[in-house]
Amino acid sequence: MAATSLRPNPSGHSQQELRRMRRRALLALRYVILLVLALLFLFPIAWSFINSIKLPSEALAVPPTYLPSEISLKNYEELTTYGKIGIAQHVYNSTVVALITVLGSIVLSTLGGYGFARFNFPGKNVLFVMVLSTLMIPFQSILIPLFVMIVQVDLHDTLFGLALVYITFQLPFGIFLMRNSFLAVPQEIEESALLDGCSSISILYRLMLRLVLPGIVTVAIYAFINSWNEFLAALIFMSDQDKFTLPVFLTTVRYGIWGDVNWGALQAGVIVSIIPSLAIFLALQRYYMDGLMGGAVKN
Amino acid sequence: MNLSWTQRRKLTGLLFVMPTVAFVTVFFIIPLIMTVYMSFHDWPLFGERAYTGLENYQELSKDRQYLKSLDFTFRYTALVTPPIFILGFILASLVRHNIPYIGIFRTIFFLPVVIGLGVSSLLWTWMLDDRIGIFNKILLDFHLVPKAQLFLGRPNTAMNVIILSVVWKTVGFTMILLLAGLQAIPDELYESAEVDGAGYFRKLFYITLPLMRRTIALALILSVIGSVLSFDQFYIMTRGGPRNSTISIVFWIFNNSFTYFKMGYGAAMSIVLLAILVALTGLQLYVLREKE
Repeated sequence: MAATSLRPNPSGHSQQELRRMRRRALLALRYVILLVLALLFLFPIAWSFINSIKLPSEALAVPPTYLPSEISLKNYEELTTYGKIGIAQHVYNSTVVALITVLGSIVLSTLGGYGFARFNFPGKNVLFVMVLSTLMIPFQSILIPLFVMIVQVDLHDTLFGLALVYITFQLPFGIFLMRNSFLAVPQEIEESALLDGCSSISILYRLMLRLVLPGIVTVAIYAFINSWNEFLAALIFMSDQDKFTLPVFLTTVRYGIWGDVNWGALQAGVIVSIIPSLAIFLALQRYYMDGLMGGAVKN
Repeated sequence: MNLSWTQRRKLTGLLFVMPTVAFVTVFFIIPLIMTVYMSFHDWPLFGERAYTGLENYQELSKDRQYLKSLDFTFRYTALVTPPIFILGFILASLVRHNIPYIGIFRTIFFLPVVIGLGVSSLLWTWMLDDRIGIFNKILLDFHLVPKAQLFLGRPNTAMNVIILSVVWKTVGFTMILLLAGLQAIPDELYESAEVDGAGYFRKLFYITLPLMRRTIALALILSVIGSVLSFDQFYIMTRGGPRNSTISIVFWIFNNSFTYFKMGYGAAMSIVLLAILVALTGLQLYVLREKE
């Protein structure tokens, strides 16, 4: 074997050199494939963006143009007066629902995660299993009674009612993640504080919160992105058009509830609704992936 | 109060988990019990409810659209899963090693996952439009089709293009799960296989796939559950058409419960859906158990 690999071949390269060249060619090929695939994956978002900055008349052209003849923000401008009340109200609705969901998920998951991680009380295991078992039950299958209940207490058509439902959807994942975060903190850190007579809530607030911050960020990202993007529950719980969240509002644009379909404005709306999720994901990608690995793979 | 320290700790712990337990009880446990209860009733949104026993369930077996929806949902699941896995595996293999700039590619392939399915469906509906859609524009410009295609207007092509859009939207998620599985395989295994002269496919079938069994099973079950529950893409892209050919189970539950307000009937369908999903999740737990 050693003898053959040292023997020069007709082109004058040693076999080792050939192998190196082959490896380099394969690497180059890998990059070419990656680049082509990356362009294909980015295309829908890029195409939507390109059309959102065409002139409204050009965005409606049949057949479509590839590149805008003129760059314009008119489509975004039109959105501000689109439909009954303009897009600002729907951005506001989505934002309020997302913020309540984020806040509620953080508070409940932190308290609950701490309770399940650090305290012993009767029924603890039963309660923990009960919370986690809801992961098995898709919310789609309990939407009917949820709707009946929400109507009964007059919370339908309220942003708060929708957020309450979203918080519940986030809880199993949040509790699981926060409990693990607290379990990862060494017990000794708390013990000295406990001996000094600090109350549990002040230990949590002053000492532990900082240490489990990565977990809290992860819970917040998921709560935001999931509630911002959710469609079915938002469609069911809101019948008042003024209360529509962004995705539901955009669907009404697409179905021409407000007259002819304004495709340019629709693409501007798509871009507006994509940006927050993308920005949060790109800025806090590490925490997002932590959640994916911790939540999806291990539970 | 004369509680001992341990008693106080118990009480404090209980207080910490109380809000969560209350939420889960009110918004999960009670609705779950109510779904069962409602399924035995004729339950309109307004007006009299009446106990009807098993009537809703009996009606299910005669509801042709329901059976059609079950069939459609499973067919869709069977068709959408292989492309997600094959492309997911190819992507995971391509981004597996930490070569320069690979992080950017991983991020790009994952990006569509964080976009809402509702919004991505709107985006694709527009790209697939016969008049102003980019797909028809490109196909016509390259003379690949004689005239503009109504992709979403015919049952077969509607299924295919919806699958295309869902693969774009979700494959990044499967890629990341498979990537984690791939990276857990020690490099030495491949090196010693290469010394023994194993080629790509032998390594794939004798090392990679067997060692990734658990990861693949997990990703598979998550993906199947997601497909069985799908709604947004059909509601937005085809509105269930053409000729009611793309109405998924959740879509049909939605129509009965929130368009016709036959909520008891919708609840009975939800119970069947729940049974299907509990079976799938049970399978998931079984698969994950062999981990040790």
